[in-house]
Amino acid sequence: MQEKPIQHRLVIVGILSLMAGFAVVTYSSFREFLPELLRGALVTIQVTLGGAMVAVAAALIAAVFKMYGSLFGRWLAIFYIEVFRGTSALVQLFWMFFVLPYFGITLEPFTVGVLALGLNIGAYGAEVIRGAIQSIDKGQWEAATALNLSRMQTLRRIILPQAFVVMIPPWGNLFIELLKGTALVSMITLGDLAFKAQQLNQNTLRTVEIFSLVLIMYLCLAMIITSLMRALERRASRGLVRGRAS
Amino acid sequence: MNQVDNPMVRFENVTKRYGSHTVLDKLDFEVAANEKVAIIGPSGSGKTTLLRMLMTLEEIDDGIIYVDGEPLTHMLDGDRLVPANRKHLSRVRAKIGMVFQHFNLFPHMSAVNNCIVAPLTVLGLSKDAAYERAAELLDMVGLGDKLDHYPGQLSGGQKQRVAIARALAMRPKIMLFDEVTSALDPELVGEVLKVIRKLGDAHDLTLLMVTHEMGFAKEFADRVCFFDQGKIAEQGTPEEIFSAPTNERTIQFLSAVLETG
Repeated sequence: MQEKPIQHRLVIVGILSLMAGFAVVTYSSFREFLPELLRGALVTIQVTLGGAMVAVAAALIAAVFKMYGSLFGRWLAIFYIEVFRGTSALVQLFWMFFVLPYFGITLEPFTVGVLALGLNIGAYGAEVIRGAIQSIDKGQWEAATALNLSRMQTLRRIILPQAFVVMIPPWGNLFIELLKGTALVSMITLGDLAFKAQQLNQNTLRTVEIFSLVLIMYLCLAMIITSLMRALERRASRGLVRGRAS
Repeated sequence: MNQVDNPMVRFENVTKRYGSHTVLDKLDFEVAANEKVAIIGPSGSGKTTLLRMLMTLEEIDDGIIYVDGEPLTHMLDGDRLVPANRKHLSRVRAKIGMVFQHFNLFPHMSAVNNCIVAPLTVLGLSKDAAYERAAELLDMVGLGDKLDHYPGQLSGGQKQRVAIARALAMRPKIMLFDEVTSALDPELVGEVLKVIRKLGDAHDLTLLMVTHEMGFAKEFADRVCFFDQGKIAEQGTPEEIFSAPTNERTIQFLSAVLETG
């Protein structure tokens, strides 16, 4: 636990110096492309944040329905999880963008991006949440029943706070998947990082500089997610770790 | 001894099976208000199952359990008894508290929070009232200086005492102790038994304990029940059971236990 943050910082320093070096070598193109790419990155970040919120909400609802719902609720949750896990995210995106209008539902590209990617990741997240909840000792449920807590109160106060710690690392992976998945929204006219890169490339044909820069920008975003999740994990497990220590 | 006027707990013809294995076999069993009953017997004899059914952690296959004069496992629908729904279970269960062999403390909460979470969410107590009561109870079990310690920072004996305080915070009329010292290092057993003894002095608590601590059962309990193969093979005052057992199996069991213990 002690060494990891240091390694982590070394990697960040390495990447920053790589970026700096790259910037010096290609200073002119860096200056030329960066503003436009940053505008794209902002959209990428927005879709990622929105998608993450949709994913967590959908995953939590689907997991709880799958485990504790009525027969219909369970069936609905399983249907959602299987459909969104079992089909391509790109097809889901296209379907919502191009097919839903035939049913009279026309959504903004941004809304479609957030919904489709969020629901896609949420389907995986539901299984993560279910696994984390089921990893909590059955004795915790029994103690809660003995204290007369209802099932939902037990879930909220006793089980989820403990399951939360377990599920942070896999959620970190899912959020990174989500970030990378946002490149797909460029296919439905949304001006994200990947979209801007393609646009700049078509206009200038300076493929090496543009896509190298974009690569590094995605990597930096992913590392921010990793750092945030690490911090969250440390914070959430404070009581538990203090417990285990002695 | 067998017939009690107003039993706090009454098992009527209760049967529990796991698959083809019958754990409790048409059990009739009563506990008077404020009585202290020790349940002893070989493992697999249904002792723990008895407590778990009373705590509604296990469903019964046949029979009825009554608590404080009303059915626990069933409820009245008109004048017919039907299996209890969740609401009924919750209402009657409120009279019962349980302490487990493996403590089952909530590891993400400090000792005091372990003791206030249920009073806050279930009883709807104010934070101050719940805290005050929890602090009082933790002080009673000798942990007044450990309110903010997490379970992982406490010894087994201390954890079990927090668990006792946590159960008491819900003001149960009946307390169930399921082998509460079995998971403890020998030197920690005494501090937990001391707390239970203290509870015995409080006059508004019915105590049922499954235990392997024969010495404690002998001096503490009003009645000792020896379970064997899902039935009460023999019961009586501690003197009767420990000094002059009549049942063959009781004699075997006690001689085996007391020899090693």
